[in-house]
Amino acid sequence: MTNPFLSIDLLTDAIDLVAVLLLALGIKGLSKVRSARGANQLAAVAMGLAVLGLLIEIQPGPMAWLWIAAGSAAGGLAGLITARRVPMTAMPEVVALFNGCGGLASLLVAVGVALFDSASADMVALVSIAISVFVGSITFTGSIVAMAKLQGWLDTPAWTQSSVRHVVNIALAVLSLVGAVLLPGDPTGLPLWLVVIGSSLLGVGVTLPIGGADMPVVISLLNSYSGVAAAAAGFVVGSQLLIVAGAMVGSAGLILTQVMCTAMNRSLLSVLFGGALGASGGSAVGGGGSEAGYTRITSCSPEECAMALEQAERVVFVPGYGLAVAQAQHALRELSKLLEAHGVEVSYAIHPVAGRMPGHMNVLLAEADVPYEQLIEMDLINPEFPRTDVVIVLGANDVVNPDAKSDPTSPLYGMPVLEVDQARQVFVVKRSLGAGYAGIANALFELPQTAMVFGDAKAVLNGLLSELRSMGVGKVVAKKEKEKQKVAV
Amino acid sequence: MSVLSQALWVLLLGSLLGLELIGKVPPTLHTPLMSGANAISGITVLASLTLIQKAGDNQALLLIGALSLGFALYNVVGGFLVTDRMLAMFRRKGDA
Repeated sequence: MTNPFLSIDLLTDAIDLVAVLLLALGIKGLSKVRSARGANQLAAVAMGLAVLGLLIEIQPGPMAWLWIAAGSAAGGLAGLITARRVPMTAMPEVVALFNGCGGLASLLVAVGVALFDSASADMVALVSIAISVFVGSITFTGSIVAMAKLQGWLDTPAWTQSSVRHVVNIALAVLSLVGAVLLPGDPTGLPLWLVVIGSSLLGVGVTLPIGGADMPVVISLLNSYSGVAAAAAGFVVGSQLLIVAGAMVGSAGLILTQVMCTAMNRSLLSVLFGGALGASGGSAVGGGGSEAGYTRITSCSPEECAMALEQAERVVFVPGYGLAVAQAQHALRELSKLLEAHGVEVSYAIHPVAGRMPGHMNVLLAEADVPYEQLIEMDLINPEFPRTDVVIVLGANDVVNPDAKSDPTSPLYGMPVLEVDQARQVFVVKRSLGAGYAGIANALFELPQTAMVFGDAKAVLNGLLSELRSMGVGKVVAKKEKEKQKVAV
Repeated sequence: MSVLSQALWVLLLGSLLGLELIGKVPPTLHTPLMSGANAISGITVLASLTLIQKAGDNQALLLIGALSLGFALYNVVGGFLVTDRMLAMFRRKGDA
């Protein structure tokens, strides 16, 4: 028992076990609001432990340390800067970018082993290398395409909507498979590049035809893939910890993808192979800027809208991505504070997929200090709309489209929506009459109780604020606050 | 038990565990959970480190290892920090 190697083995095994346990608890805790933040930190600690355990086990030489330091410094610093700098509105894109880099890392490890360490590669290692390269490449290019689409750098080209794309993608998959089969016993390295190129193109080919509205599901699925890529890399280098952690993230990511699909009323298969939502179907319209053939639109000024607000007893805001783009969440918070001080009951209706990613809107509103209790989920707020005086839709479109309930020919038909058409008065704040993110006309805009307030969300909200203040609503607040201060003194 | 079958068992049990870990997730947490899970998938740093160790004097392999370590750590560090930033906002008014 005095053998020092035995004790180091025991130590690293123990560290690995603790790391796996903490990772599992971390993932579990992340799915509950109360424990989420601590769980994330727990997972970070677990990751640190896993690295520490490995470093103790492999005891790198000076040369290895040099390269480890270089790689860690570059990656860690870049991660730190990105995480600090990125605005909350760009969260989905950044998750996609990080995810792509994770996939790329697994891909590089497999390529490295295949190119320079193939002497030690047996059949198991070769199969793992092929899987790791295949999944890693798809994760990498797919995530980058997803990021570019969310940033608006890439459109959904029309040609990707033809069914020829399935043939192309199948051909690419076959190409990768051929490369994988030829991998053993080929010293040229050619088959390896066949897999790399085939699966990289496949990642692009599969992601490009998918419409922007479905991107969150794609990112979640690619996130699951990067777990699979990590597990495959675990087989390549023979690390059980990596296998178990990768498998855990892979399957948990799959469940999350499923949960998200349910929230959007989309099946995973139709997201992956159905093409962009709205690209076909009766009421679909062309692209972003078109006027979509509306005929009975009423528009009004912020002043009229302010008058309606001043009279209202119950107001519900429906924030969408347009709000986030205009950075108007703080102005919105100001407005609702003013209304609350005026005795108006204010709440926010949160569609499960508001923003560009489920949960995205909650994050943005929390940033503007909106009390968590005022954010009300779809199922709870829908029965409340009939007794709501004024609904203000801010940069949301498809999630308030009544066609989803009533028009079976609509591509949105069946998607759960916020039933704002039940409210007495609806104001839709929007830049123009362009179609929504999914490119579908919205029947809500033509209802008699709906009025459009055209303009940038932030400008309109500030306009409403000054109108309300000039009506004397603000003075009441000032008075009340003074009274409060007196009481406090 | 051979090394391979042991690894396959680990894979199977890890996958099953992952399926059980997440049940119902409130929509609020979809984005943070995705981002957190994404950071964890950067665990492939372990593979990068092992590769660097195995590389010995092979400069090309050391470079590939360091590159992959950089990308993986970018995923890990960025992922955890961004998730923390998001979750920090869910704090209720009363909490300090």
